[in-house]
Amino acid sequence: MALLELRNVSKIYRLGGEEIRALDDVSLDIDEGQFISIIGPSGSGKSTLMHILGCLDTPSTGTIRLDGMMIQDASSRQLAQIRNRKIGFVFQFFNLLPKLNVLQNVELPMIYSGIPARQRREQAMAALRMVEMENRAKHRPSQLSGGQQQRTAIARALVNDPKIVFADEPTGNLDSHTGELILQMFSRLSREGRTIILVTHDPEIAAVTPRRIEIRDGRVAHQLDPTLAGLNRFPTAVS
Amino acid sequence: MHLLNAILIGVKDIWGHKFRSLLTMLGIILGVASLVGMTAIVKGMENGLKEAMIAMGGADKVLIRDQPVPSHQEHLAEEAPGRTMVDVLALRESAPLISLVSPEMSLNRVTITRGDKSVNPSECVGVWPAVLDMNLHTLAHGRFFTDLDEENASSVCVIGTGIRDELFGAPDKTGTPIIPIGEVIQIQGQPFTIVGMFQHYESEQERREREFRQSQPLQEQTGPRRQRGWGRRGGWAFWRKNYTVYLPLNTMWIKFRSAGGTDNIPDPRLTDIDIKVADIEQMEAALQQARNILMTTHRGIEDFNFQTQENQLENINRQIRNARLSGGLIAAISLIVGGIGIMNIMFASINERIREIGICKAVGATGTGIFVQVLMESIVVSLLGAALGLVVSFGFVQLLSSISPTQNAPVITHTAMIVAVIFSVAVGLVAGLFPALKAARLDPIEALRYE
Ligand SMILES: Nc1ncnc2c1ncn2[C@@H]1O[C@H](COP(=O)(O)OP(=O)(O)O)[C@@H](O)[C@H]1O
Ligand SMILES: [Mg+2]
Repeated sequence: MALLELRNVSKIYRLGGEEIRALDDVSLDIDEGQFISIIGPSGSGKSTLMHILGCLDTPSTGTIRLDGMMIQDASSRQLAQIRNRKIGFVFQFFNLLPKLNVLQNVELPMIYSGIPARQRREQAMAALRMVEMENRAKHRPSQLSGGQQQRTAIARALVNDPKIVFADEPTGNLDSHTGELILQMFSRLSREGRTIILVTHDPEIAAVTPRRIEIRDGRVAHQLDPTLAGLNRFPTAVS
Repeated sequence: MHLLNAILIGVKDIWGHKFRSLLTMLGIILGVASLVGMTAIVKGMENGLKEAMIAMGGADKVLIRDQPVPSHQEHLAEEAPGRTMVDVLALRESAPLISLVSPEMSLNRVTITRGDKSVNPSECVGVWPAVLDMNLHTLAHGRFFTDLDEENASSVCVIGTGIRDELFGAPDKTGTPIIPIGEVIQIQGQPFTIVGMFQHYESEQERREREFRQSQPLQEQTGPRRQRGWGRRGGWAFWRKNYTVYLPLNTMWIKFRSAGGTDNIPDPRLTDIDIKVADIEQMEAALQQARNILMTTHRGIEDFNFQTQENQLENINRQIRNARLSGGLIAAISLIVGGIGIMNIMFASINERIREIGICKAVGATGTGIFVQVLMESIVVSLLGAALGLVVSFGFVQLLSSISPTQNAPVITHTAMIVAVIFSVAVGLVAGLFPALKAARLDPIEALRYE
């Protein structure tokens, strides 16, 4: 059974009288341990897909199963708890809390899962070691470079040992060298067995991941899936 | 989400905006300070008045007072007899429910001299020995008037310690208390022999202060000498008792009244008739009895009424209630204004942090968690305001008793403090409710996208 199963998922926004199909009948399986990029031009529906995969949002129609649990009809409270335990996010603009230091930022998800302070500290330090940020623990985000901020954000995404890590344009706000280092970090995490989904508009970045899902106009336009090599080299969905 | 964390985050945010938070708390600070301060003042007043009441006589004491004749008897006004010894004798003979009758005939604008020293007593009254029980006087030295004094209209008097202080010197200055029994003083120029002196009357607070002073080694007086005795915590009642001069009633009548009245017509009217009821449970019946007797002696003209201590207590209580009410009103208005301020600032702080709230939600904060967090912040603001308000009220009370020590010392009560804090928390809770709801309902995706 796949870790994440999307079946005929659509997301429809209504603006005035107009209907926008941000996602249109998308079906996907994502297995544990995969390193995937979701690519496509701006406005194609990548972020919408990530929000639904990442339990920030629910689909208008269709079903989604995460780790054996159907969640298309989950309440916002249940979604929050699922995000807390099973999902980590890394954003383009880092999204660290400016008033908290690095350690406190990394501890944040554990505060919401009610982990006692000492264990929080230990786990947060462990996560910071994974991204080599342990000697910046007391710094404020404003005292860090972009790359350091993004590494802090990655540590925060990993700290609750999630099933999947989502990264929405994680290098979009970094210079190319730093971006490269961040991508290497994701590759390393992937080799260590993490399930990681990169959202990007940049084919060069997407080239880092073995599996690529291309979105156009809310549909899966093309998939490259090395696990199905030879069988599935051709577009699975044609509009 | 843990409350402690929410509180910590709240405190951090407040600390981050010290000045803004202080302004926000101003309403709460004022509210709490006025609530606690006003209650303290009222409590001080209450203590003073109650103490004064007790000093002036118990609840079984009733004053018979003059009143203008009622309108339907207007044509008889000329014949209104006023309160005289006839009433006193009648009450004493035929009112079994009344245990004590004390007539008083006082002399106004009295000057007492001894050598080159003089004093104006608070009252100079001709009395029966019944006055001791009536006005709760305790004779410390000498004796009170005898029947013989009364019959002979002897030139004797009993004085309070204040009169002694003025004419013979206060123990503070002389070192040892002077007991002037047997000394002669001039009342309105006529010689009187002092046969007795009352004890020194003082309030609890004065007694403590005096004992403290006495336990200290004698110190040089620094700064202006503060007036003692007068004022402070019902001190008026004690001052009045200490500056009393009593003569036998008959002496007063013969020496000062029978000849000295207006146009040299003797004035037999008494200044006061105080009575004590035998049983306070039968107050109503006793008053009815006294009324019936007086209606006879006054030939049906109702030129008198009764003032019970209970009436007076009621008056005092009404005044206290009014003072409380107005204090409470001020406090309530300040607290409401403070609440609006907090609500305003909470909305502002949420708008500033929409993106941060989005981040918290993305990493797993539930709506409830955010709700509690914002509410906690609001309560922390109001609690800090309440704490500052308490500090201010303590300072205020200190200031008050240092700039005007003659007032009744305000007393800060635990109840007032607890009530003030509870109200502040309630205000913080209500003020935080809508901002907290707004924050809790934010959509994480939109909040994250918010610039
Ligand atoms: N909250 C929304 N309301 C209306 N339309 C939206 C909303 N979110 C996204 N869309 C629309 O859905 C489409 C896909 O958006 P998005 O998933 O953000 O694209 P991408 O991330 O690939 O740039 C766009 O046309 C966008 O305008
Ligand atoms: Mg996007």
